[in-house]
Amino acid sequence: MDTLALYIHIPFCIKRCAYCDFNSYTELEYVPSYLDSLKREISFYSNIEKRISSIYIGGGTPTVLNEKELSSLIDAIHRAFNLSLDLEFTIEANPETVTKEKLEVLREGGVNRLSLGLQSFNDELLKAIGRIHNAEGFLKIFFMAREAGFNNINVDLIFGLPRQRVEDFLNSLRKLLDLSPEHVSCYSLSVEEGTKFYELKEKGLLFLPSEDEERMMYHSARSILEKGGYSHYEISNFAKPGRECKHNLVYWTYGEYLGLGAGAHSFMDGVRFYNAYGLKDYIEKVKAKGEAVESRERISEPEQQAEFVILGLRLIEGINKEIFYQRFKKDINLVYGKVLEKLEERGLIVNDKKCVRLTEKGLDLANEVFVEFLP
Amino acid sequence: MKIPQERIRNFCIIAHIDHGKSTLADRLLEYTGTIPEREIKEQVLDMMDLERERGITIKAKAVRMVYKAEDGHEYLLNLIDTPGHVDFNYEVSRSLAACEGALLVIDASQGIEAQTLANTYLALEHDLEIVPVINKIDLPSAQPERVRREIEEVIGLPADDALLISAKEGIGIKEVLEAIVKKIPAPKGSEAEPLRALIFDSLYDSYKGAIAFVRIVEGKIEPGRKIKMMSTGKIFEVTEVGIFSPEMVSTDSLRAGEVGYVVAGIKNVKDTRVGDTITDAENPAKQPLPGYKKAVPMVFCGVYPSDGEDYEKLREALEKLQLNDASLFFEPETSAALGFGFRCGFLGLLHMEIVQERLEREYGINLITTAPSVVYKIKKTNGEEVMVDNPTNFPEPSKIEHIEEPYVEASIMLPTEYVGAVMELCQEKRGNFKDMQYLSEKRVLLRYDMPLSEIIYDFFNQLKSRTKGYASLDYEVIGYRKSDLCKVDILINGELVDALSFIVHKEKAYTRARQLVEKLKEVIPRHLFEIPIQAAIGGRIIARETIKALRKNVLAKCYGGDVTRKKKLLEKQKEGKKRMRQLGKVEVPQEAFMSVLKMG
Repeated sequence: MDTLALYIHIPFCIKRCAYCDFNSYTELEYVPSYLDSLKREISFYSNIEKRISSIYIGGGTPTVLNEKELSSLIDAIHRAFNLSLDLEFTIEANPETVTKEKLEVLREGGVNRLSLGLQSFNDELLKAIGRIHNAEGFLKIFFMAREAGFNNINVDLIFGLPRQRVEDFLNSLRKLLDLSPEHVSCYSLSVEEGTKFYELKEKGLLFLPSEDEERMMYHSARSILEKGGYSHYEISNFAKPGRECKHNLVYWTYGEYLGLGAGAHSFMDGVRFYNAYGLKDYIEKVKAKGEAVESRERISEPEQQAEFVILGLRLIEGINKEIFYQRFKKDINLVYGKVLEKLEERGLIVNDKKCVRLTEKGLDLANEVFVEFLP
Repeated sequence: MKIPQERIRNFCIIAHIDHGKSTLADRLLEYTGTIPEREIKEQVLDMMDLERERGITIKAKAVRMVYKAEDGHEYLLNLIDTPGHVDFNYEVSRSLAACEGALLVIDASQGIEAQTLANTYLALEHDLEIVPVINKIDLPSAQPERVRREIEEVIGLPADDALLISAKEGIGIKEVLEAIVKKIPAPKGSEAEPLRALIFDSLYDSYKGAIAFVRIVEGKIEPGRKIKMMSTGKIFEVTEVGIFSPEMVSTDSLRAGEVGYVVAGIKNVKDTRVGDTITDAENPAKQPLPGYKKAVPMVFCGVYPSDGEDYEKLREALEKLQLNDASLFFEPETSAALGFGFRCGFLGLLHMEIVQERLEREYGINLITTAPSVVYKIKKTNGEEVMVDNPTNFPEPSKIEHIEEPYVEASIMLPTEYVGAVMELCQEKRGNFKDMQYLSEKRVLLRYDMPLSEIIYDFFNQLKSRTKGYASLDYEVIGYRKSDLCKVDILINGELVDALSFIVHKEKAYTRARQLVEKLKEVIPRHLFEIPIQAAIGGRIIARETIKALRKNVLAKCYGGDVTRKKKLLEKQKEGKKRMRQLGKVEVPQEAFMSVLKMG
């Protein structure tokens, strides 16, 4: 039986962070009706003939749900789907919303991976970017999770924050490594339209580190993490051996996934489809027809090839030419010969017999590479 | 029913932009029943969309009205519309020459503006009877008394009986019509004389060819007659004559004093030059009407299709525009940076902008245009004299004996409180002060001699911004003067970019060069390598900026839900790259080529 990755979206937060443009709302009064719809949508897809290899409950902040809500959601998932034995089951959590009770419910429900949003160990910075937790709160939850039995934890960090200095970021990173999480995501801050940061930037009031400093943070983080026993396996992701995120690897290796909840995207049988984005819109749609798909798009073969390459190049090991061939029945050198040559000349990729991958320079300038593959 | 010559009135309206010329024209058409109210689509006389948006009339047109006056007689009124912009001065003068009188329309709260003044003087030179009309008296800010004083003091016209109207509200329209009938004299010329008709405008029609808009000064014209264009001697046979009512309506003939159109199988508007005289080929007049001048382009720039494949399309579009615009000049040109395009000549900046906009809007061609240049007269050391309208063709400095550039006399009207600021601006623009005249307690007329190149280089915008929009400008070319000029070249990544070279006064070369390299640094995106941008005179570098290498361009996150969005982002980047010009290894956005104009 084919496998499928499952994504579940919980679009609620207690407060919006200044840099975040994800689909999330602070109107928590909608939680009950949203969950009703979500559970209905889950059961709508229950007869899907694929085995679920990974589940990822993301947000928003999934841990704004209370124990009862969490357990009924997990129940619904168990009832509807055929789960694989070595299932990876991740939930995102923000320190301020986590309790011992919730962690127990999650463990009991089979959740075996936790992704914690730390962002920084610098309390002032945390406050400045609109986070509601502090370093101490994070530490408490981290140990609580360990105690509850979570032996696969990811922690998110952001670098390139306003007024952040290289040393400050590296301090956060070192402190984090003392805790020895299994997985670390290090994201370069990107200022997206519609966020508070964007507004400030437009007004010239966002004082970001220089590009040189920002890159220094990235390069230093890479070497610190690698020395600490983490392998750099995707542009922003690092893992201890065997602890790469299976779920996210599905996206980067162009596998199939089903996304449920408001605004969630899916990709199956060469078709990308996505749900209604707004809360009310989503709830109404599910009430009316059991699911909430707003639009479907068949991805043409040239576009699939481009997406395959663009996503695959995010991985440090790059794309395997043999796999490209198996998938498209075409030699990648024939499809992208000229582009590959040009990019190699510019020192952005390595193109050897077996695979294509980004060089160190290419990691900093990945978009310059990606655009070349667009049809 | 023929209306006798003594009851014909030919007149035009002189007004500044926004002072209400078109609205008044509409009211006159309505009042005389020429067009029923409901058919007036706001301002009939401004036909092109562009004109409507800019609120200006680009080309002169005409309309005939029949008005039954208080004396019980019917009068034939021909309103000849005039362009209201300095670029079209010559056309204005020809339209005025076709009239016996003019309505001088002045906004009751704004007063006289530079352009109005210039055109009124022009009208007085042609012995036109001026009828002062003070418009917009319904506005609370109206100061008709002040405007009346201005008319008397500035123009020297008696303004006691100036009409007070509101074209918008329809107040005083009948009085205007009566004044036209009573004050403006009837045309004089005799029908018995040999034909002399003044061309004041023309229009290209794909079925009829070039149609001449004429005022018959003497004689008569009718279908079947052979006519001769007196400037070229070319002969055509008349197939149709008619009047504007306001659409063209054919008639049996046009006789002395009348205004109308002539169709004669003329293939090109170049043969219906504004200002030329049409006469009878078999019984020609001895002398053409005075004042014919061939329109000479004053401003040149390179016009290139941003997509090289549009070259043919651009040529066709220019040819089509030229069918209706004899003053538009173009010839093929090649630039190392921009590829194949055209060198185009225009009457002035507005004319240039209009042509560029029409090419983009009506013909859907994306353009890259180079900074405009005037025509320089260069005396070489070998005695040869060359006219240069393109910096690329500038001779080597060692071969230049001296250079002359066109000068204009600029008249600027402004409120007294801005005199200091404007004098400073004129000084910056290498102006020589001529005189200053108080128009009233609060308004001043400043006159400067100034290089035309400084006028086309952002002068008008600067003038507007330094006077909060209260100044108005008029200028007239007065000839060539010696200047200490040089050519500045721009090198991007060590390579000369011909399309960015410019000619500038030596004293300003350094500042302009600095400004331009800084501007280029802003608009050229960073590349994977460092890019020096240099400005040079001959082999000497006078300014340099460096575009630092791009260090980072990467999306930190891309998960399942992001694919579509992130792909769009990448597509946008790719789209941006597509619109770039490849100069050597460097991709330069198209706006860079216009930045020469937008500095300062």
